Amino acid sequence: MYVAVKGGEAAIRNAHKLLADRRRGDRDVAPIQLDQIVEQMSLAVDRVMAEGSLYDPELAALAIKQARGDLIEAIFLVRAYRTTLPRFGYTKALETAQMQIERRISATFKDLPGGQLLGPTFDYTHRLLDPELAEDAPIEAPDQREEPEVFTPRVTDILGHDGMIEEDGELPEGAVAGDLTREPLTFPLERDLRLQALARGDEGFLLGLAYSTQRGYARSHPFVGEIRIGEVEIELDVAELDFPLTLGTIRVTECQMVNQFKGSAKQPPQFTRGYGLVFGQSERKAMSMSLCDRALRARELGEDITATAQDEEFVISHSDNVQSTGFVEHLKLPHYVDFQAELDLIRRMRAEHEHNRLAGVETKEAAE
Amino acid sequence: MTDLATYNFAYLDEQTKRMIRRAILKAIAIPGYQVPFASREMPMPYGWGTGGVQVTAAVLGPDDTLKVIDQGADDTTNAVSIRAFFQKVANVRVTTKTADATIIQTRHRIPEAQLQAGQILVYQVPIPEPLRFLEPRETETRKMHALEEYGLMHVKLYEDIARHGHIATTYAYPVKVEGRYVMDPSPTPKFDNPKMHMSPALQLFGAGREKRIYAVPPYTEVVSLDFEDHPFEIQTFSQPCALCGAKGSYLDEVILDDKGGSMFVCSDTDFCEDRQAKGHRGALAADTAEAAE
Repeated sequence: MYVAVKGGEAAIRNAHKLLADRRRGDRDVAPIQLDQIVEQMSLAVDRVMAEGSLYDPELAALAIKQARGDLIEAIFLVRAYRTTLPRFGYTKALETAQMQIERRISATFKDLPGGQLLGPTFDYTHRLLDPELAEDAPIEAPDQREEPEVFTPRVTDILGHDGMIEEDGELPEGAVAGDLTREPLTFPLERDLRLQALARGDEGFLLGLAYSTQRGYARSHPFVGEIRIGEVEIELDVAELDFPLTLGTIRVTECQMVNQFKGSAKQPPQFTRGYGLVFGQSERKAMSMSLCDRALRARELGEDITATAQDEEFVISHSDNVQSTGFVEHLKLPHYVDFQAELDLIRRMRAEHEHNRLAGVETKEAAE
Repeated sequence: MTDLATYNFAYLDEQTKRMIRRAILKAIAIPGYQVPFASREMPMPYGWGTGGVQVTAAVLGPDDTLKVIDQGADDTTNAVSIRAFFQKVANVRVTTKTADATIIQTRHRIPEAQLQAGQILVYQVPIPEPLRFLEPRETETRKMHALEEYGLMHVKLYEDIARHGHIATTYAYPVKVEGRYVMDPSPTPKFDNPKMHMSPALQLFGAGREKRIYAVPPYTEVVSLDFEDHPFEIQTFSQPCALCGAKGSYLDEVILDDKGGSMFVCSDTDFCEDRQAKGHRGALAADTAEAAE
């Protein structure tokens, strides 16, 4: 006797109860607090804010806690919340030259106005596990610079003075930047939408593509013109006021990659640029983004499109980890109706195959 | 329900619903044409019905009665989850009875019972582009649709026949709508294709991740692609449903043991239960089996 499997509802309820239990873990261990995540897991928080496209450390921390530390799940939670928020307006372009700099390095010049500032970096640490961190050892306060902050122009502006590097370019009069969360993407994309997609793209996916350009798949001879990390002001034009309103500051990582360009019929040889901008502190993401951005400018610069990293439709269609994880994981859902259709087909084809085999060679020859 | 306070009726804000309704109207006006729309992130993953959920949310009203099926069944986990979602955010009546529903959201099946005028069938669609596996580029497939250039699809079906003696597509079998657009019916078994033809119900298709909506208005021609000498055929089953004895319904194979034993039962659970309630019995239905024991 067969009893149909029922009770999906109860099963789901129980599964979620178990999930809540596993999320909490051993009740003798203190529960992790959001401020602990914000303060001590800040780079995870930054990644969730960047790929979740929502600058809110506390919500990102909540998402990380709710997702049991699964960052793509946390990004998904933040995105699903973000999409319900009303749009008040679009801020003015960030003035990263006016950044309150915490870290700023250039690989193209030994010294430059504003200087090189290492800041809080893993670079030059020796990757040896530190048992002291397992204990609650006191941490020394960092040294603070005493001289007042000097104006730190962007390296691309320095190079730009003598036409060695392409300029930022001008948008046509009245141009409004696109918004990929409000309009469906249509290929080919303009650079504004492409950069938006890259900024929320999966760090690992972009890292792999960026790496592929270094290994010869669309090589672009890159140099890190500059990476800077720090706080920039967010300004909004409000209809009633004749000056922009400062809403606050956000921490961003900006990377300007400087790449060789041999010139074309229209343009003299000059350096070109790839651009990366990410919420929070994430050099890996900003650098990967700028390498991908440069590779994706192949069409605009008249370069041969030979490699995956230059293929806009391929890169942008597959860079979003919320989309990717949803569709890959949907294979868990029942597919037995389709599978039944396939089972039926394979059985039929096997029967035909067997029939033909038994019928012998002459049938086959006759058919030919 | 106090927890409704934080979300609009049916979750989506009215601006978004308006945008989706515009896309739906355009889709109805051009049957089978894939209309791009600004799909939102939904609180369930992409690939799990976000397109269908957005379409349902946009057409759902407080007086509607909703049925949600996955693989033909109302009690599969994702159908349960989507039904619970709309109960929570829209507080609408829900049902498992096909005849009682005004909106039916489905994944992979069309109900066996004939749909009626006034009903809406909302399909969850993973890959809306029927040409996608022949040509992966959207920029190319868009052109192919615009030029009505469907030769590639016919070549694919022809190659199936040359290689296997028959067309080897069993689900997501391509159809031509109103003599113009080739359309993916979503991964329903080809068994269900004839039900789309001249259906009195409105059929809406939502693909959230791919950001496309398309539609088949009521009483529209939907023809499965085939050749004169190899006409389209649906699957047939050699035995009736083991629970309700139905012949000519789509069956799921249920494995009974590890020695190759299996039984076939209707995939449409409502259809099967309805027949059993009317006294129809299959070979392995509970009381028939008991009587035999």
